[in-house]
Amino acid sequence: MIRLFLGIWLAIVTLLAFVLPMSANPSAWYHLPIIPGLEDKARILFFHVPTAWLSTVGFIASMVYGIRYLRKRDPEDDIKSASAAGVGFLFCILATVTGAIWAKFSWGTYWNWDPRQTSIFVLLLIYGAYFALRSAIDVEEKRATLSAAYAIIAAVVMPFFMFVMPRILASLHPQPVLNVQGKTEMNATMLVLLISSFAGFTGLASWMWNLEVRIQRIVMNSLSGLKGETRV
Amino acid sequence: MIGTFLNPVLAVLRKDLQSELRTRYAMSALIMFIVSTISIIVFAIGGGTSRSDVLAGMLWVVIFFSSMSGLSRTFVSEEERGTAMTLQLLVPPSVVLFGKLLFNVLLVIGMNILAVALYSFLMTGFTVTSPGLFSLTLILGSGGLAASSTIIAAIIAKANTKGPLFPVLALPILLPLLVVVINMTRLSMEGGDISESVGEFQFLIAYIIVIITASNLLFEYIWRD
Repeated sequence: MIRLFLGIWLAIVTLLAFVLPMSANPSAWYHLPIIPGLEDKARILFFHVPTAWLSTVGFIASMVYGIRYLRKRDPEDDIKSASAAGVGFLFCILATVTGAIWAKFSWGTYWNWDPRQTSIFVLLLIYGAYFALRSAIDVEEKRATLSAAYAIIAAVVMPFFMFVMPRILASLHPQPVLNVQGKTEMNATMLVLLISSFAGFTGLASWMWNLEVRIQRIVMNSLSGLKGETRV
Repeated sequence: MIGTFLNPVLAVLRKDLQSELRTRYAMSALIMFIVSTISIIVFAIGGGTSRSDVLAGMLWVVIFFSSMSGLSRTFVSEEERGTAMTLQLLVPPSVVLFGKLLFNVLLVIGMNILAVALYSFLMTGFTVTSPGLFSLTLILGSGGLAASSTIIAAIIAKANTKGPLFPVLALPILLPLLVVVINMTRLSMEGGDISESVGEFQFLIAYIIVIITASNLLFEYIWRD
């Protein structure tokens, strides 16, 4: 049911993102504004921004469930933490790829170490390190504890990175949706479409996360069944 | 009050220094690593380059990978010799953490002095015009490097594959620090003043404090089996 709804919702959002006309003076309700310097390339907004948002959310969720695991020692929290990191990693790759394609057409090159690109590169590195660590430990409790600890340390360091990047390089990246000045070049139609896209992608990510948690739960139960114990 | 915490910490430090002087494992690994990476750089780009950004970057590449080769020993050797359990019984976790941290700080500072001496000897283009800025950078950089490496070493000591995992886990944590210290090293070669880099010093000190605080909170979970 939820799968069907999400499929239809995202199909409509995708369709509208590509077919709604852009005009310099949006008059009809279905007109998107032309953003100077971006024009039709602005359409990536509806896919790139939600994926980038979810790659951060996945990481934060992974850290929050990691903290919960360290407090309560419930294996369920570790499953949730690892699954959130898995979904976040997928969206992180998607955000990197969509961003690089956009950069090719806007900046003329796929990769130029813009602060935004560097930040997402670091996020990819952290996800990679997290999964490398998980695959290197066999014992479940140890794996859960150590990966939770690593996720927390990585999260603690992230603000330093946010501080250090803009000081070194000037960014050519378009202003974030929620920028400091509070002004936006979007009109209501664009904003509604973007929010719908956010909702759709967030729904998709939580559906995937839920699926992965249920799969891992079955794997864990069947493994503990082999050891001769049962888990409710 | 402070003595009751500090004495066992110093005892752990003394134990580590003694066993290190006995085997010289970490020291010889670090020294050989420094010598081989610097000689590769000399063969690759020659000693005469005077581009400050290249020289500053290369120096920290040497320091980063050298510390990756030696700093994990403190915890890995405890696990390999099976002495981790004894240490757990004898002292509280934070004492172990700070003892090992002090040991790593000493090791990194010693290593960095050697690396810089060798580097400036072999790379003729490497000249520091503001020594004050450079030495502060080196000391704070060493502190940050030791602080992050210690907690990462504690994590990987409990994993199955220890060697290749250490740089993989440490790089994302150390990247902001490395970016700042490379920038400051370049500045010290170009004759920058200490007063220009107050923000960077605040950054480094905050980084060290945050890492040590997080390590202290998490170490108990990592250390106890």
